[in-house]
Amino acid sequence: MRHIDPLSISDAVRTAVQKINTDIDPLILKAFKAGQSKGDEIESQVLDILIKNADIAHEQHLPLCQDTGLVVIFASVGIGVSLSEPLEASIQRGVAQGYIEGYLRKSVVRDPLYDRKNTGDNTPALVYIDLVEGDQMTLHIMAKGGGSENASALNMFTPSDQEEAIITWVVDRIRQKGRNTCPPLIIGLGIGGNFETCALLAKKSLGRPIGQRNGNRSYAELELKIMQALNDLNIGAGGYGGHMTVMDVFIETAPCHIASLPVALNIGCHSTRHATVTL
Amino acid sequence: MRKLVLPPTETDLNELHKGDFVLLSGTLYSARDAAHARLVALISDGKPLPILIDGQAIYYMGPSPAPPDQIAGSAGPTTSSRMDKYTPLLLEKGLKVMLGKGARSEEVAQAIAAHKAVYLGSIGGAGAYLGKCITSIRCVAFEDLGPEAIYELTVIDLPAFVL
Repeated sequence: MRHIDPLSISDAVRTAVQKINTDIDPLILKAFKAGQSKGDEIESQVLDILIKNADIAHEQHLPLCQDTGLVVIFASVGIGVSLSEPLEASIQRGVAQGYIEGYLRKSVVRDPLYDRKNTGDNTPALVYIDLVEGDQMTLHIMAKGGGSENASALNMFTPSDQEEAIITWVVDRIRQKGRNTCPPLIIGLGIGGNFETCALLAKKSLGRPIGQRNGNRSYAELELKIMQALNDLNIGAGGYGGHMTVMDVFIETAPCHIASLPVALNIGCHSTRHATVTL
Repeated sequence: MRKLVLPPTETDLNELHKGDFVLLSGTLYSARDAAHARLVALISDGKPLPILIDGQAIYYMGPSPAPPDQIAGSAGPTTSSRMDKYTPLLLEKGLKVMLGKGARSEEVAQAIAAHKAVYLGSIGGAGAYLGKCITSIRCVAFEDLGPEAIYELTVIDLPAFVL
């Protein structure tokens, strides 16, 4: 067994949550710059502000967005790893330290309905743990904003529905809500599994690098079809019109029940923040 | 490029047109869901408000904390439609400018027109850039709400579109 020190786990989380909040994903910055040369005057102006925003955030260690997110962590833990405290405890400690020392906004309330008091340290983060081969631990760390999350949706299609039904549903949702969710967006679609699995697939897909297609040719084509349909909506970067409504569409799939075709749509904003740390 | 000083005069507001890109300077108040709920509850109970609403501007925003060497943290707009249920009452009380992001409900759009107010959209997610437009920030009400408290903000050249 290989022991991983709990302090090294919390330190890794503490550092990562700060870095992803101040340093934009380089592929997103590249997409802004590419979009700027194609956009009309208003969209170019918006993209110019977003590029300057990324520069200021990096240089002055300010968060890209005041909504510094609810932290979601997918932990893949090797079966050869030994720990001296529950993994969840190490992670939560790192999140609290990172949000306090990084001057990040605390955006978590302790009760959803009756007692919405801020917990004060952005915990609890949401942690999903998978056991895998090996003696290492990989943490996929996200800081997910509330605006784009609020516009996300889940629909239980049935097997008689074809891809057109899914495209229409996604396009309608983005037409209605896209302007609220800080475009240009990253669209995560989880197809298959069941009610909760499709949502997790959609969430995980947001961590994929921009430009990387699904390994299955049919789904890769569907990603591109949906991207085209969404960019035809003329929502644009910032939501004031333009060709750059989404930067990419990612589909992840899983086997499902013979009666079902669950689909979840998770929306990532133009600061979609994620990092992968291996310990 | 048009400039707008906050709080605005009636003439300033009359000169604005849908689609105008404006640079905002002057004083406005931040307020999100929780602060709106409290303001509306105080109005309903006939109690005094902690800030002046009449003629003023509200920014739908909850900042990140200011690092020690900086005036403000990150400070971009939040989704305006979450404030829709509270907005008609604040417009009745004289609110003139709302700054946020995204579309408003039909009811709010009508109330904005009826009260000759204006709704502006800034650049969602450009929090660091917009935070740099803040020249002073001071908590003036509901401090217990943390980032959702009401802050009095002085801004210079904060970009927004007239919606």
